[in-house]
Order: sequence, then structure tokens, then C-alpha cells
Amino acid sequence: MTQSLLRRWILLLPLVSLVLALPHEALAAPGQPGILASLLKWTPLIFKGFLLNLLASVLSMALGTLFGAFLGLAQISPNRLVAKSAWAVTQFFRNAPWLVLLFYTVLLIPFEIGISGGVIPLPDTAKAILGLALPVMGNVSEIVRGAVQSVPSGQWESAQALAFTRRQTLWMIILPQCLKRMLPPWMNLYAVLTMATPLISIVGVEEAMTMTRAALAAENRSELLVPMYGMLLVWFYLYCAPIAAWTKRLEMRFGVKA
Amino acid sequence: METVWEWFRWLDKTHGIDLSVFYDTGDRHRFLMGFLTTILLSLTCLMSSLAIGFIGAWAQQSQWRWARLAVGAFIQFFRNTPPLVQLYFFYFAIGGMLPKFADASGMASPLFGSFFWAAVSLSLFGGAFNIEIFRAGIEAVPRATIEAAESLGFSKGQIFRLVAFPLALRFSLRALNNNMVNLVKTTSLAYAIGVPELLYVSAQIWSDQLNTREMMTLLLFSYVGLVGAMVWGMHRLERALRMPGYGQ
Repeated sequence: MTQSLLRRWILLLPLVSLVLALPHEALAAPGQPGILASLLKWTPLIFKGFLLNLLASVLSMALGTLFGAFLGLAQISPNRLVAKSAWAVTQFFRNAPWLVLLFYTVLLIPFEIGISGGVIPLPDTAKAILGLALPVMGNVSEIVRGAVQSVPSGQWESAQALAFTRRQTLWMIILPQCLKRMLPPWMNLYAVLTMATPLISIVGVEEAMTMTRAALAAENRSELLVPMYGMLLVWFYLYCAPIAAWTKRLEMRFGVKA
Repeated sequence: METVWEWFRWLDKTHGIDLSVFYDTGDRHRFLMGFLTTILLSLTCLMSSLAIGFIGAWAQQSQWRWARLAVGAFIQFFRNTPPLVQLYFFYFAIGGMLPKFADASGMASPLFGSFFWAAVSLSLFGGAFNIEIFRAGIEAVPRATIEAAESLGFSKGQIFRLVAFPLALRFSLRALNNNMVNLVKTTSLAYAIGVPELLYVSAQIWSDQLNTREMMTLLLFSYVGLVGAMVWGMHRLERALRMPGYGQ
């Protein structure tokens, strides 16, 4: 298994070398600093933006997981009304495009809210994180529901026979078995979320994509386009590919499919 | 129809709910065109991503090691990088490198427009997932079925086309549906490079009419409706193609 993972990793080497080979001094126009030098010059700025992408992904994931777990549990509630409405909310946030939800939260939530005299400012970054958390919530809800329903019903029945209450059964018997099943799709969702974070540049958050475009605008050199965007692609790849590989390994080990 | 449009005008006048796309002919036309562009872009991407998936899955079975490695690298790259950055990469970096030609007014215009690049980029993105999905489907085809076809004298190509693929398609249909739905949702990214699709025209309308809240809500429900209809259609297809004895 590790052998083939290693092979997958090696697959990326030609790609990295391609991008690294492109910014060769020879390509730079005469009288201009080399492409590699220009890339290095902008790296600190773009990397700071990239860290914001990662921060946004972690916060959105935490927020979305928290809400999604509750929504998922509501989906399996014995109360039909609660279950049905939780299902509808889940489907809504799963079916809406991420970018549209992002626009929705960023444009429609006020820039500050007053609570009992105090004013809480809501910067665009906070609203964007909330906007990304909404589709995460819908997907986590579905992961929780799927995992709970995949536990054999005999588990519920034996717990009932042993006089466990519904809450006890859920928390002490069902959910611990679900964690294993939920982990791979949850990690997969995290990778998808991380790859969605550049979307927040569209609504005005200054992350890696914004910085890259600003750098390109400042340089105004067409030979930098491919290396600059390529560098950003490689950074995301280096962050997301190991997560994907790890997810695959967990799937194999637990014998579950995402 | 006119009464319906008038009702929306009345809604705006009396309740301040400004759904200009219903009573304003120009906005209605814009919104409709945006909707059609989204559908056209979705169909283009769906078709070409299926073709990429088909060709890729076939190339992955090839005897030629480099073809398998190339397909593997392609999948790894497109699955693990952000679709928006891919889109910018194609539109600004690759599109910017191609030669420009003079159009009718003598202005230098790019060889391909934003719709083309959105279609290329999103098809490759969706296609990379489709290859994996088809591959998993092909691997699920029982070995004995292939051997039976071989013993009946089918050629390698015939087995793939007539035996393995129809079975694999059914095995992979559920995952394929998820990916197709995801692809349709991802077409909204084309907004970022100025393709006049649903999100783009909506943004135009709300900046003109200053009815952001109403337009956003309408937009959200339009997408959820579109995707909901697609999910429903895919479920129908899944049931229609179901083989007795496989799955539930």
C-alpha cells in the first residue's frame, strides 16, 4: 500500500519540475529580473495570503462540522417533523453552489451587528468563513446521517433490550461505531473545502489568489503568468494531495467507501 | 402572462420586494439568457467530461506504461488543486500566451473567449473525477464475465465496448451522478472570468437595480431548483438502468 502511495507521490515530481523549470532566466525579457527572482520576491506576500486560506479552511470546517453534526442528528430524530425539516435544510445547502452561498452571506449580512448596546464588527473575512461553513454543514449532516444509518439495526435493538435509553444508545453505542465510517468522507470534505477557499477572493478577501493577481498586476509581465499561477497550484497540491492519499489509506483500512 | 408581470410590479410598489426580472422586460431577458448560458455550459462540460472520463479510463488500461502514468498524473493534479485557480490558470495564463488576432473593428482580441476556457477548465476538472469513477466501475466487473466474453471470441476492444463498459457504467452510476451534480454547481465559477451565466447576470441586475436581497434569493432558489431537477432526473436514470440482481 505504502509502495503505491509513494508511486502516486512520485507522479507529482514531473509536474513540480515542469513548473520549476519554466521560470528559467532564459525566458525573462532582457533588462528584467529573472522569473525565479520575481517569484521569490512575491513569495512572502502570496504565502501570507495562502496562510489565510488555510486558516479559513480550518475555521469553516470547525464551524460547519459543529452545525452539521447537530443537523445530521436532527435528520435521524424520531420526531418526523424535525427529521423532515432537517433533511430539507441539508438538501438545500448541499445543492446550492458554494460561490452563490458565499455571495449570499457576504452581501446580505450587515458589516456590524449591535447586541445590547455593544457593536460587533463583522469583517468580510468572518462572513466569508461563515459562507464556506454553510455547504460544509450540509455535507457533514449527510455524512452523519449516512454513517448512523449504516450501523446494523440489530445494534439498536440489542441496546434497547439491554434497557439503554435512545440517547444512551446513540452516544454510547451507535456514534462510537460511526466515527470510523465518518472520518474518511469528512477528511475528503476538508480537502474539497480547502480547494474552495480561493473563492473568497471573489468576494474581496485578500487571500493567496488576490495576492497573486495583485503581484501579476504590479509586474505586468506576461511571461510571469504561467509560473505565478503554477506556483499557487503547486502549493495547494502539496497541501491537499497528502490529505487525499491519507484518506484513501484510511478508507482501505476501515473498509469503507467515501 | 401580463397579469403575472403586473403582479410583481405591484409587489415592488406596495411591499418593496423588487423582483425586476419578472416585470422588467430587459432584466427578464438578461436573466433568461444567463440561465440558458448556465445550462449550455453545464451540458458542454458534462458531455466533454464524460468523454474525458471514458478515454482516460481506457488509457489507464493500456499496455503502455507512460500512458498510465500520464493519466495518473492528470487525475492527481486536477483532483488536488482548486478549480478556481485552474480556471484562472487556463484563462489568464494559457489563454494569455496564445496569439491574438485582429477582429472586425481592428482591435486585438484573444483566440478563445471566456466561455471556451470555462468549458475546457471545468471539463478537465470533472473529467479527472470521471476517470477514477469509471476505473472503479470497470474494476468491479467480475473477472469471470470478461473471461466468458473472451472464450466467446470477443476482441479486447469489443469486450470493453460491449461487455465491460455497459456493466461498469451501471456500477459507477451513483458516484457519476454525484460528480455531474457537483460539476453543474461548479459552473458558477465561470462568473470569475466573466462568462455571462446565471450568477454573472444576477450580479449585473442587482448592481443596476439595487435589489441585492431579492436577486440573491431568487438566484439561490434558481440554482437549488436546477440542481434539484437534475438530482431527480439522475435518480430516474439510475432506476431505469438498474440490473436485476445488482445493488438494491
